[in-house]
Amino acid sequence: MSDDGFFARARRHGGFALGAILVAALISAAALSLVWTPYPPAAIDVAHKLLTPSPAHWLGTDSLGHDVVSQLLAGARISILVGIIAVGIGLVFGIALGLVAASAGGVVEALIMNLCDFTFAFPALLLAIMLTAVLGAGIVNAILAIGVANVPIFAKVTRALGNGVLARDYAMAARAAGKGPVAIALEHVLPNVAPALIVQATIQFAIAILAEAALSYLGLGAQPPSASWGRMLSDAQQLMFQAPRLAIFPGVAIAMAVLGLNLLGDGLRDLLDPRLRARR
Amino acid sequence: MLLDVANLSVDLPTSGGARRIVRGASFALDHGQTLGIVGESGSGKTMTALALMGLLPDGATTSGAILFEGRDLLAMSEAELRDLRGDRIAMIFQEPMTALNPLHSIGRQIAEPLILHRGLSQAAALRQAVTLLERVGLPDPARRARAYPHQLSGGQRQRAMIAMALGCEPRLIIADEPTTALDVTVQAQILDLIADLGAQSDMALILVSHDLAVIAQNCERVLVMYGGMAMESGRTQDVLSRPAHPYTQALLRARPHVGGRRGERLQAIAGAAPAAGALPKGCPFAERCPLTIPACVDALPPPAMLGGDHIAHCIRIDAAERPA
Repeated sequence: MSDDGFFARARRHGGFALGAILVAALISAAALSLVWTPYPPAAIDVAHKLLTPSPAHWLGTDSLGHDVVSQLLAGARISILVGIIAVGIGLVFGIALGLVAASAGGVVEALIMNLCDFTFAFPALLLAIMLTAVLGAGIVNAILAIGVANVPIFAKVTRALGNGVLARDYAMAARAAGKGPVAIALEHVLPNVAPALIVQATIQFAIAILAEAALSYLGLGAQPPSASWGRMLSDAQQLMFQAPRLAIFPGVAIAMAVLGLNLLGDGLRDLLDPRLRARR
Repeated sequence: MLLDVANLSVDLPTSGGARRIVRGASFALDHGQTLGIVGESGSGKTMTALALMGLLPDGATTSGAILFEGRDLLAMSEAELRDLRGDRIAMIFQEPMTALNPLHSIGRQIAEPLILHRGLSQAAALRQAVTLLERVGLPDPARRARAYPHQLSGGQRQRAMIAMALGCEPRLIIADEPTTALDVTVQAQILDLIADLGAQSDMALILVSHDLAVIAQNCERVLVMYGGMAMESGRTQDVLSRPAHPYTQALLRARPHVGGRRGERLQAIAGAAPAAGALPKGCPFAERCPLTIPACVDALPPPAMLGGDHIAHCIRIDAAERPA
């Protein structure tokens, strides 16, 4: 190829670069929390509650004396865990359903797509609330619920783009070479829809982090003492006027993580799209 | 007889109900023979080709029979057809730009039918792919096998497509407008290549094209299609030198020819071809034919035998002027 490599173009793409930095920070924070936090994130220290930022507690402490930095670092871990598992569930089942729908066509396709539309009719958050209500509150069920809400999104994307690939000459040529539908779906359709799925996955990752924060804020996600940005927000709400920083820090963390993932997704879409590449 | 198509009809579902795209086409082809199917857009030539591959769009229904090596393709299950496709019958597509998967190397795509139908190992199939690329005249075939489609020119890609089609030494190759997307100079090379390789291994070839010149140069026999019907068929020489059907005659008059007077105008055929599916009850050409009589519109014209296997579907052959 005569044009620049992926990484050279990535560096010139401002949004992508900023997104990559923010996401790298999120991942580093989560990784760091595995080996080190200034204080144990769950340690209650009532004697030192509601401290303002100081050299001992860089971002202060909350109403129970939790160190905010430690909590934020541990919260990053939960956010990433939620994102990976929820998006993973969505990808695995969504791709499977989407490929089956696109390959089979006819009644099967209509059935799967109508099922997806049916779940779309529920706002994703409402679906998550319903599922946690049925299965019980807790981080595992919150992740499951968010994952289930992701399935129809990936199914729709896979099926729509898959139908486009199947209409291409090379899919027809593969059939003319005697290939079966399963081989065509896995060898021709999946690799050709993968870039779009990667982009969609980063966006859904951001949405999953938001959803977890919302569920935890509502008390349906992470339970005390596990640190979650949403739960931190929920706790801070009561002290909104005495200690607004307790709401600001996790709020900024959520915003940055979501912004980073969205920029990364947008950037990836630009960089992976050959038509946009040619224009630049 | 390798291939015997009898009274083939294809109906495609549309929002306005099923529409007949191919009506009662019949033709036959023996080992090593070449047949050209010529027609305008919407004449049903591509659908005829796809019917032979069992690759008609979803919901299409067929009637008649397509006997290939004595077995009726229309009665076969999808699994049986898959075993034939790419092995006994292969197809070369119109657009070499889009008929290759951009994400797989050329070698892998050529190797795939060999792995599928011949049970070759990956390594053996890839070696065979290099040999095939050499046979279709690509320089430096080992390097080309590792290349991706975007790294090859249109002509090179079409050669790769031909290598893919030839891999399992099919008995029948169907080439649907194989050179339409290529430069004129490359066209001739590709057509020569297909004809050469086909003749070497006694493959039968069906060449679908809208270009009479291409057919005249490359095919022993020709089938002229219009409005889903086989209008005229026979040996290329007979059909082109002594066309019997008014449509074939009009088609030939509409072509420029060497030795024509300066300023001489080409004769266009008045009117427009019927839209695919919106076919009249009678002869589809009746509306544009200078010789139409009421009987033309009432029923499909029966075949008229003109000696040898030269056949024209027309009831006005006697009125049509035939060059001696």
